[in-house]
Amino acid sequence: MKRNITCIVCPRGCTVTADMQGEIITVTGNACKRGEKHAIAEILHPVRSLTSIVRVSNRRDTMVSVKSAAPIPKEKMFDIMKRIHAASVEAPVKIGDVILADVFGTEIIATKEVR
Amino acid sequence: MTNHDIVIVGGGPAGMAAAVAAYDAGVTDVVILDREQDIGGILRQCIHAGFGLHRLGQELTGPEYADVYKQKVLQRSIRVYYETTVTAVTPEKKVIAQNRDGILQIQAKAVILAMGCRERSRGALNIPGTRPAGVFSAGTAQKFVNCEGYTVGKKVVILGSGDIGLIMARRMTLEGAKVEAVCELMPYSGGLTRNIVQCLEDFDIPLYLSTTVCEIHGEGRLEGVTIAQVDEKRSPIEETKRYIPCDTLLLSVGLIPENELTRTAGIPMDPITSGAIVDEHCQTQIPGIFACGNVLQVHDLVDYVSEEAERAGLGAANLVKNGEKESEYIPTKPGFGVRYVLPQQVNILANEDVSLFLRVTEPFGKVIFTVKSGDCVLATAKRLRAAPGEMEKLNIQADLLKTVKEPITVSLEVVE
Repeated sequence: MKRNITCIVCPRGCTVTADMQGEIITVTGNACKRGEKHAIAEILHPVRSLTSIVRVSNRRDTMVSVKSAAPIPKEKMFDIMKRIHAASVEAPVKIGDVILADVFGTEIIATKEVR
Repeated sequence: MTNHDIVIVGGGPAGMAAAVAAYDAGVTDVVILDREQDIGGILRQCIHAGFGLHRLGQELTGPEYADVYKQKVLQRSIRVYYETTVTAVTPEKKVIAQNRDGILQIQAKAVILAMGCRERSRGALNIPGTRPAGVFSAGTAQKFVNCEGYTVGKKVVILGSGDIGLIMARRMTLEGAKVEAVCELMPYSGGLTRNIVQCLEDFDIPLYLSTTVCEIHGEGRLEGVTIAQVDEKRSPIEETKRYIPCDTLLLSVGLIPENELTRTAGIPMDPITSGAIVDEHCQTQIPGIFACGNVLQVHDLVDYVSEEAERAGLGAANLVKNGEKESEYIPTKPGFGVRYVLPQQVNILANEDVSLFLRVTEPFGKVIFTVKSGDCVLATAKRLRAAPGEMEKLNIQADLLKTVKEPITVSLEVVE
């Protein structure tokens, strides 16, 4: 299986090809080692940082911005979004408060203070 | 009439960093005037990560980066006037503002302008068609979605592939909308590669380069847009026109430094940056009035905003403490390949290293930047690539500046 990936580790944005034959992955097109590691991660276990918003139930027209404390599996993004959409939180909220626990090995935490 | 040493117009990342720098330099009578309910500026709605990598060594979300500086402001006795809109700044450094308590008049010893940017609108682009609801600037949609929790639309077309457009493509998709296309007038995207990957490729959102929106359709609510490819003159090519049904059009087509107050004060402006003409301490050509952040030049990285604002804060503090410095100004000029250089004038009597900030005119591969004054080379720098969307910084040593007599030009040379 071959995949073309635009590397995002540095601004060069090399087009890297990762070719997976069985267990062996051959990476070409990268200008550095970091790009090779990134391509392998992208083909095996792509992860993303997720940021979104959660409604503050006891304040009008107010949302609190949130993020995944650690990157989450890319294919689970929309599953997690469903949970985020269903969630709400009550003010006061502090930066770092856990809004959703136990999300694929990490948590969804608040990134803004709401008094 | 109240008196304060330093008045800062705007409590976004620039205003906050300038306030902290001025305070820490020994001028503690600093006030910030901000029109919102909380300081933090535009970062409050930029909920995505990627802020502070250079400055803080972390990739924070916008609100978290804002909070770092907000805490610094609150920990010092820097007074903040919230929900206060400045309506005038005079050349004599009088600041007039209004809030719920009425009209505020402050006589300052130094004023720091940090009002940020506004967005270019559909009107400025003159997109033909009807005027239905559903056409937003990307930042307005961002505020509605991220701060107030509105779903601004379900089927979205985005015009402009700068970072704001790309970020909103991802935001809208995650919040349940379908983004049909991102159209970009230029043959290249202005956004960061990581955003092309994580905002478009991740969600299979097509990016149409050399394409624009040439008509808006719909009565009451937007029903669709006509897009078309453009030629070298950036005019739509008739035969390529096609219709995309949608209920929302987001415009990410340029930021304009918000310089109404600056112009009214009679402060000379640079038509290319759309910001004030400043020296290496961000002082405008009216002594005692400084400008920093997006109001001075549109930035890509908030890290550089904080750094620039600290220069302005320091400059203002030094002016208040020591009065005007002895100065002899030499102008800077953009040469080949360079669109603009900041600061536009340098005080060669200052005896300090100076950093020049610039943007290139188009994307380049390997280049060498050269800073010259007449025949004298003041600095050179090699880069593997340079793009208009990535501000460059070049340093000039203090002792080389002492020898300068002619305008300082910054140009580039393409390396094969």
